[in-house]
Amino acid sequence: MMGSPYSLPRRAKAALAIIAAVLVLAPLVTNNYIISVLTMSLYYAYVGQAWNIMFGFAGLLSLGHALFIGIGSYASAALFVHFGIGPWAGIFLAVPLAVAVGCFIGFLGFRFAISGVYFALLTIAFAEFTRIIFDHVAWLGATEGLFLPVSSRTRIDLPNLRGPSEMFYYVILTLTFLALGICRWLMNSKLGYCWRAIRDDPEAAAATGVDVFWCRMAAVAVSCAASGVAGVWYAFYYNNLFPEIAFDIGKSVELTFAPIVGGVGSLCGPIVGAFLLYPLGELITGATQGLGIEGIKQFGWGIAVVSIVLLRPSGVWPWLAQILLPDRRCHAAAP
Amino acid sequence: MPIEIYANVLVAGVLTGLVYGLSALGLSVIFGVIRIVNFAHGEMMVMGMFLAFVLFRWLGLDPLYSMPIAAAALFLFGYLLQVTLVHRVAHLPEHLQFLLLAAVATVLVSSGQMIFGPDARSVQVAYALDSYAIGPLIVDKVRLLAGTAALGVAALLFAFFRYTLLGKSIRACADNYQGALVVGLNVPRLYALTFGIGAACIGAAGAIILLLVDVHPYLAPGYTLLAFVVVIVGGLGSLPGALLGGVLIGASEALAGFLFVPSLKSAFSFAVLIIVLLFRPQGLLGRAAP
Amino acid sequence: MPRKEEGGDRRLTRRSFTASAAAAGLVAGGAGFVRAQGAPLKVGVILPRTGIQAESGQSCHQGAEVALPILKERGYPDLVLMPGDTESKVDVARTVAERLINEGAQILVGAFDSGQTSAIAQVAELRRVPLVINIAAAPAITEQGYRYVFRNFTTAGMIVTDMLLLQKEVFAYAKVTPKTMVLMHVNDTYGTAVLGGIKALMPKHDMPFPLGEVIAYDPAARDLSVEVAKAKATGAALLWAISRVNDSILITREMVKQRWQPMGVIAAGPGWYEDQYLQTLGTLANDMISTVPWYDPNKAMSKALIAAVANAFPGRNVATNQAYTFEALLIVADAYQRAKSADANALADALRQTNITDNVTIGTVKFNAKGQNETVHCAAAQNRDGRLIVVAPRSSANGEPIWPMRPWDKKA
Repeated sequence: MMGSPYSLPRRAKAALAIIAAVLVLAPLVTNNYIISVLTMSLYYAYVGQAWNIMFGFAGLLSLGHALFIGIGSYASAALFVHFGIGPWAGIFLAVPLAVAVGCFIGFLGFRFAISGVYFALLTIAFAEFTRIIFDHVAWLGATEGLFLPVSSRTRIDLPNLRGPSEMFYYVILTLTFLALGICRWLMNSKLGYCWRAIRDDPEAAAATGVDVFWCRMAAVAVSCAASGVAGVWYAFYYNNLFPEIAFDIGKSVELTFAPIVGGVGSLCGPIVGAFLLYPLGELITGATQGLGIEGIKQFGWGIAVVSIVLLRPSGVWPWLAQILLPDRRCHAAAP
Repeated sequence: MPIEIYANVLVAGVLTGLVYGLSALGLSVIFGVIRIVNFAHGEMMVMGMFLAFVLFRWLGLDPLYSMPIAAAALFLFGYLLQVTLVHRVAHLPEHLQFLLLAAVATVLVSSGQMIFGPDARSVQVAYALDSYAIGPLIVDKVRLLAGTAALGVAALLFAFFRYTLLGKSIRACADNYQGALVVGLNVPRLYALTFGIGAACIGAAGAIILLLVDVHPYLAPGYTLLAFVVVIVGGLGSLPGALLGGVLIGASEALAGFLFVPSLKSAFSFAVLIIVLLFRPQGLLGRAAP
Repeated sequence: MPRKEEGGDRRLTRRSFTASAAAAGLVAGGAGFVRAQGAPLKVGVILPRTGIQAESGQSCHQGAEVALPILKERGYPDLVLMPGDTESKVDVARTVAERLINEGAQILVGAFDSGQTSAIAQVAELRRVPLVINIAAAPAITEQGYRYVFRNFTTAGMIVTDMLLLQKEVFAYAKVTPKTMVLMHVNDTYGTAVLGGIKALMPKHDMPFPLGEVIAYDPAARDLSVEVAKAKATGAALLWAISRVNDSILITREMVKQRWQPMGVIAAGPGWYEDQYLQTLGTLANDMISTVPWYDPNKAMSKALIAAVANAFPGRNVATNQAYTFEALLIVADAYQRAKSADANALADALRQTNITDNVTIGTVKFNAKGQNETVHCAAAQNRDGRLIVVAPRSSANGEPIWPMRPWDKKA
């Protein structure tokens, strides 16, 4: 067990259990504002985790990830609005669509040997292109927006994801834990070893017989599938979708902040990053709202991110892990 | 539809494209030499625009005359940015460079909001609405001046890189980093100068664009994207390519908007970007990536 | 001064009272202030104060700021404003609503943008805190069966109907009617909603011209020379425009540069009447007509509002944003006065019974079963040397229309 860097020592497991318990019990002891902050932090943790799979494991920097989330949102929302099909069934359309689009783009990237910043620009171009196209599709609401009918706000209607905010909180909490668990399972599997090999040295990996192309495509598929699910949750939580918001490049950029700040390529990095950045933003809002200077919150938040990037370029989590779990051997690949 | 209308649209597109090209030049210079993509490009251009606006308000300076001042100010800003922040991530993976500059962009945008407020600001030059009638063509005077200015600045830049020792040193760094070190060039200082020069181009383009577009703090992302498209099409790292890309994008957007549904014309540009990225990532005039 | 939140986390309670009082320019005296009618009502005012819609959010807030002294003067109960910033984003809007309710907001006003307003409406309904919508045109918001959401603004369909009727009134008055038209619209939420309304309603209103060419353009467009060239090439006599303020300036400049002189411009959206448009274009801005949700300048309350805005914000005109936000606070104060209680259900019931004639906008403030005011109407406002004159409906007018518009070089 100690041999694999991805199995956790007992102390870490205990800590994880405590954190899990805190998050599960939170809605019972705190107010709705805190719950909404936690909900958004979890959402960013989850999508950051999804994005991280594509970047950390397939080596593809995606700056258009809102595309996959948006496809998931629109697919499930359209099914609900036009055919009354609930979100759990809608996932069966949302996820394959998102995966198909993602694999298409990933395939283009591999086939045409596009990497690094060029691939990032490719993802931006696809996201923007899709945004403009969706602006013209009347069946999906076009620019007027797609509004989901809201009902049964107090009863929990889990099959249709209609209900109070606590329900959405628990759903996204479950999703985040599931994502963490699945990632850890994947990392300890053969696929995970292939990914690490490719990340460290693609040529050597290929030389030892790893099928670089399929491993990378698998990472893209998993990432897009997870993003599609996030999109479904998002659509049913906010109940309105506009292309200029769903596929917005600002959103794509914003969701990369948490995993990069937290530490790419590590399992807990995106979660740590999200729980650092999002509540930090709210704290800055609370601290500065009395000043009446519009824009100071984004200013302070931007400065904070710049500082974190310069001080801890490899991420906050690896640094924290070194402090909290000193008996770990392989810190560069710390989960 | 009479041919003059097409011609007018095309001419306007080409002239506007020259200004896009100038702004993309800044991006191209920085990437070509330092190999960093400046994700704060649009925000820096907005800085140049605000500066030109302030000079117009206080001193009545036409943006075409405050262009050198905006260029100098942005040069200083770019130099300092490189020296204090960017050089620390220059040898780190791309995603960290991206995040740093994206965060800097956030800081710049919010500074703009805090200093200038959200309202859009414009300059009203005396000739703002003049146009020349050249035969059947109606050429907008402001656009003509803007395009000419952009061309002039670009020419200065080409001359600098081609004929001056400093310019050649910078090109040497771009061509062969190790070789430049071996030969004794002060590469960090040259990088800082390059970032400054790139920023100066962006600042100059900003001052010129203020004649055509009103400035507000949230203008930036559209221009960053546009600069990316222009530079990729023309060739990342190629200076003539940036201008050519600008002209092509300006002209094709104009014609596409005219012939098809105008609200889809940006989609057209992104489609072009995708095709270029796939089939000729080095762009029209760029060198093939090593 | 920090207050202990009942049952909440003390660490995260904020001193929003002092903050919002300072922001509103009042010294409210904190939480201990009590008048004969009861404590001041805490009103969460949620607007996009930063981000791409910041300019609109700020002009809305101006209407809120001048409201408090005017309402107090007329004997309405005291209100305390708790401002919130949505940053022009839907997810922030939801969190802001939660935060303000958590900090004690008893009623909400907002939020200008349909997406953000919809998110806030869901929170309001969940938490049972009434929401009075100042501005948001998407019809869906009042079709969700909400019991706590009230909208004192026209839907897109109502705007279109008024647009068609008002311009016919102008043509009849001036005895000059165009026979052809072209429509330029921004391809965003509002633009396409109005276009949809036009296509559906135009056949029912016997217009003197058919729907001509429709030219849609990207909201992020930096350059509209192509679109204007296309419009000019149709040879239409009338330009209908649905745009935002930046595009309206771009379009007007291009019209001048390309030497296009239509009979006139009828705008059914923001931009063509805004201060920025008037200041940037000077006399060229004259004679543009905007058929938009507006106020009746002859009403007593409107005159008070105009005077207050002129005093507090010299150089700014009262337009849709200020007027409707002001009226939202008027509605809140009126409901509080009749409910005599800050209890949410009492306020909601009082809101349902609202019937205000001494208001600012055209029409009465009355809500139907869905929470929508069906009697609010648009006006035709014409630019006149930096001022905005209501030229139609004649019952609310304070000036005569100039139609057709004067040539570009003769507008002074």
